[in-house]
Amino acid sequence: MNTLRFITAGNVDDGKSTLIGRLLYDSDSIHTDQLGVLQKQTKQEGVDIDLSLITDGLRAEREQGITIDVAYKYFSTKKRKFIIADAPGHEQYTRNMITGASNSDLIIILVDARKGITEQTKRHASIGSLMGIKKAIVAVNKIDLLNYSETVFNQIKEDFEAIQAQLNFDEVHFLPVSALVGDNIVSKSVNTPWYHGKALLETLETIELETTENLASRFQVQWVIRPKDEAHHDYRGYAGLVLSGSYKVGDTVIILPANMATKIVKIEKNLESVQEVKAGDNVVLHFENNIDISRGDSVVLYHQLPIESNQVKSWISWLDNAPLQVGKTYLLQHRFKNVRVKIQEVTQKWNVNNWEFTNETEIKLNDIAQINLRTNQSLFFDAFEDNPKTGNAILIDETSNNTVGALLFL
Amino acid sequence: MSQQHNYLEQLENEAIYILRETAAQFEKPALLFSGGKDSIVLVHLALKAFRPGKFPFPLVHVDTGHNFPEAIEFRDYLANQIGEKLIVASVEDSIKKYNLKETAGRFPSRNALQTYALLDAIEENEFDACIGGARRDEEKARAKERIFSVRDDFGQWDPKLQRPELWDILNGKVKKGHNVRVFPISNWTELDVWNYIQQNNIELPSLYFAHERECIVHHDKLVATSEFIQPLENDEVVIEKVRYRTVGDMTCTAAVPSEAKTVQDIIDDIIQTRVSERGQTRLDDQLSEAAMEDRKKQGYF
Repeated sequence: MNTLRFITAGNVDDGKSTLIGRLLYDSDSIHTDQLGVLQKQTKQEGVDIDLSLITDGLRAEREQGITIDVAYKYFSTKKRKFIIADAPGHEQYTRNMITGASNSDLIIILVDARKGITEQTKRHASIGSLMGIKKAIVAVNKIDLLNYSETVFNQIKEDFEAIQAQLNFDEVHFLPVSALVGDNIVSKSVNTPWYHGKALLETLETIELETTENLASRFQVQWVIRPKDEAHHDYRGYAGLVLSGSYKVGDTVIILPANMATKIVKIEKNLESVQEVKAGDNVVLHFENNIDISRGDSVVLYHQLPIESNQVKSWISWLDNAPLQVGKTYLLQHRFKNVRVKIQEVTQKWNVNNWEFTNETEIKLNDIAQINLRTNQSLFFDAFEDNPKTGNAILIDETSNNTVGALLFL
Repeated sequence: MSQQHNYLEQLENEAIYILRETAAQFEKPALLFSGGKDSIVLVHLALKAFRPGKFPFPLVHVDTGHNFPEAIEFRDYLANQIGEKLIVASVEDSIKKYNLKETAGRFPSRNALQTYALLDAIEENEFDACIGGARRDEEKARAKERIFSVRDDFGQWDPKLQRPELWDILNGKVKKGHNVRVFPISNWTELDVWNYIQQNNIELPSLYFAHERECIVHHDKLVATSEFIQPLENDEVVIEKVRYRTVGDMTCTAAVPSEAKTVQDIIDDIIQTRVSERGQTRLDDQLSEAAMEDRKKQGYF
């Protein structure tokens, strides 16, 4: 059993909260006392329970009937554990969607059957794609309101396929659903006999997940373990996460930026010695030579060197209320390594609604653009397209300490 | 995320990653330790993250004065066994110092008062990060919590101004005086915690397993009699076989009827039960629908 993290994109009006509520409710993931609270809150007459209330957590959100922040919901079946990032769909909360998308393997794009593909659908699809999500489910919702029309469904499918070429999804599934009634959510609906695919839950259970195991091997030192006591006088272990690929005892590695070669003589995982470790493992590496290595240093295989540069081209998604300032010094956090950077120029701005590039250089909250930046010391990285674990970074404003930008290296 | 790992390994890896990130990014972190199962799991994860080195932080227990003696005993036993430093912050002291009042009524809660002792301990020890065992599945305000949750000098949480948390890149930069609450097991559910305890043979206080106890029946909940809670004349008092699903204060944590002798029995119990952990056992969360949201804004975990 493994975990699938997914984000649901859509507005309250599209039935997003109802969809999540339906998944949780029909998969028996709502506790009875929580149901009691929900029944109390459901004020509509004749309605037993308003499923959308399951996800709207904070008081301010219930008052306004919108999702402000990303909420995480959990459920599991015999096949998988699921983590839902329930992110707001409104344009003014794009940054929250970016956050939710960055932690997801899959995106469910909700389309209102009555409205078809809209500007908003394009925005949600493109944000998911930009953030590196490779799997998408287009859920055509409220199909019950159109008499379960196959024609409507096929038209929406065709319209989406027409724009799909511009997106980076590897796999897209189309499903006719009604979250309110429950059609094709946890089981196949008799109302859509023309639909031959799986219900939503089964699709989520069986979709194959991406792995970074087959990419070039990448490891950054996160924490140095040096007990300095009698029993471990010579112990010097370099702890960190295997970001991609794999490492084994005997591998010749290059330590960057020192650019020194050494050999892995021992690998520990969960306090035990192992021969080989792979992407996703937290490990402690030991090297043959006594080299000065500190947090943020990269350990790579000699024949798989990353890009080394202090000039970086990147996508940026701006997350702060104060606009981006060209020429100002920011802090760039590349996993465990912090460097100072200056954004030299905004090369083009990208409109997420119509997918047009413009020459505008003023980048404000929720804007997405391409930039050139210069770092005060060399970065060792990959393009985001080649490695989603080493091709990204965050930008921090040193005065407010806020995370102001998400970077995806080009 | 690798497909080859099962979900418990994924959760473990994520938690160890967060613990090491906390150690690396902060000057003076602390691990909030209650003696409950979630914080015991945290200690276990810290062993995996930092051994053979010492923990780069002390354990801090906010002692309400109403704790179960079994939990306190276990706390001291564990700290001693792993040889790590334990700091105890006393709510009793805060109550005297600030002339605080616990909630009125039959089953007083010092839950909200823990905040005072915690904030004092943070200030005194200059902690810039406090690691806690809160989980997003516990409650809806917690569902919106970040892994690194920034708090101001008053420990306040502002849900509208949370930092975006991109990928698993954690930004622990804070102004002097501000601090961060760190939640390594955010993505674990109650069942995940128990499965992990089972898989790793983690020792727990005896409270978690079925035992006989004298309880007062109060609104369908079983509240143990103790030096703090004495039965009144009209109370229905029973001796029941119970266990604790959460370990809070003796005054406001309810026991559940159970025959569960082993961790596996408990796992079976949880799969059967349809009531949430906090809903079944906490007398103080049900006061208002937004009770947790309010406490967190005031500096609670």
